[in-house]
Amino acid sequence: MFWNWQFVGQIIPLLAKASVVTIVATLLGFLIAAFLGLAFALGRLFGPKWIAVPLIGLIEGIRSTPLLIQIFFIYFVLPEAGISIGAMTAGVLALGLHYATYCSEVYRAGLANVPRGQWEASLALNLPTWRTFRDVIIPQAIPPVVPALGNYLVSLFKDTPLLSAIGVLELLQTAKIIGSENFRYTEPITLVGLIFLVLSLLSAVIIGFIERWLKRNVMRS
Amino acid sequence: MASFADLGVFLPGLLEGTRVTIEITVGGCILAVIAAFVAAMLKLYAPWPLRSLAIAYIEIFRGTSALVQLFWLYFVLPNFGILLQPLTVAIIALGLNIGAYGAEVVRGAVLAVPRGQWEASVALNMSRTQALSRIILPQALVAMIPPWGNLFIELLKSTALVSLITISDLTFKAQELNTTTYRTIEIFSIVLIIYLVLSLFITTAIRQLERVAATGLARGRGG
Repeated sequence: MFWNWQFVGQIIPLLAKASVVTIVATLLGFLIAAFLGLAFALGRLFGPKWIAVPLIGLIEGIRSTPLLIQIFFIYFVLPEAGISIGAMTAGVLALGLHYATYCSEVYRAGLANVPRGQWEASLALNLPTWRTFRDVIIPQAIPPVVPALGNYLVSLFKDTPLLSAIGVLELLQTAKIIGSENFRYTEPITLVGLIFLVLSLLSAVIIGFIERWLKRNVMRS
Repeated sequence: MASFADLGVFLPGLLEGTRVTIEITVGGCILAVIAAFVAAMLKLYAPWPLRSLAIAYIEIFRGTSALVQLFWLYFVLPNFGILLQPLTVAIIALGLNIGAYGAEVVRGAVLAVPRGQWEASVALNMSRTQALSRIILPQALVAMIPPWGNLFIELLKSTALVSLITISDLTFKAQELNTTTYRTIEIFSIVLIIYLVLSLFITTAIRQLERVAATGLARGRGG
């Protein structure tokens, strides 16, 4: 038989437990990506040259090399520097760092779209730089780019199976273990695919919803 | 401490892996372009059964993870009696994955060609196929070159995943050397640089192509 429903019933609880790990990794990774990305964007746009130039190199370097290598790099190299971290921490750090570079481009577009007049008005009101950013520029720069950030959240979610390469027990790794214990890969891997499909279609709907809500309630022209 | 003095020890293995990585990238890119054009044309112009097939392909491959797709083809297809070489599985999985994203690029570029071009083709008594192949697609092609460049780089980066289905690509070689020599920093730094060089190569080639295509279009418009 190609498909065994009884086996499906047996493995669903295991996969449900593993999907919690996947979701936690996604959220923690994205939390790092969102904040680090903003820091990257601000540093690149407004930092002194000795920060901005190396930062551009770093961002381009991370964006054009594979995430899997970066995961290995963090997992194997940090312990050599005397920092011992678990697989989950290394994986979340790598995901966060990788997607921070993508998010920084999104923030950069958002920041560039804030009209010059807003800067001049803040200057005229004698606001200190910190308050200009916190109260004037960032609240206007971020809402328009939330949908783009949401798309990267979905991409990050779809990249979490890479953590299986360093042994994190997320969905795919769990499916592989189930497969090798029972000599049946069809059900576990197909189910993982379906879980990913459902969750990413669902998040696309949620992002659309947030986008419309922001347009109605937060962004004023 | 990191020392790059005895590079010669690692390089032959890594270069061999690089060759495999390039093979998969090239094969995957070709498949991706074909899949993208077929899926986009079906989604735009085919009758509904074919159109829904194209939509299903695009949504399934964009909605699940590339690694899951790779594993599915690698572990599940043999159950259906389809036995493929790992290298073939890699090219099919990555090509179809990027092809699904590419289909939306192609569709967007075709839809972005001004309506007047269609109307002019109708006025000149061209059939829809003629209009598409002679008027619309040549203009859409120029617009879709830069996003294709990004997709090719995505494909290059996702070839690292094939190391997980036992193909000895660059990443696999790096892992192998790492477990035998423990020279982690050196090996992974070299590997990152090799990937960086490969993606710079793609960027440059695409930029060149963009320039050539743009001049062709300008000449066609009499500019």
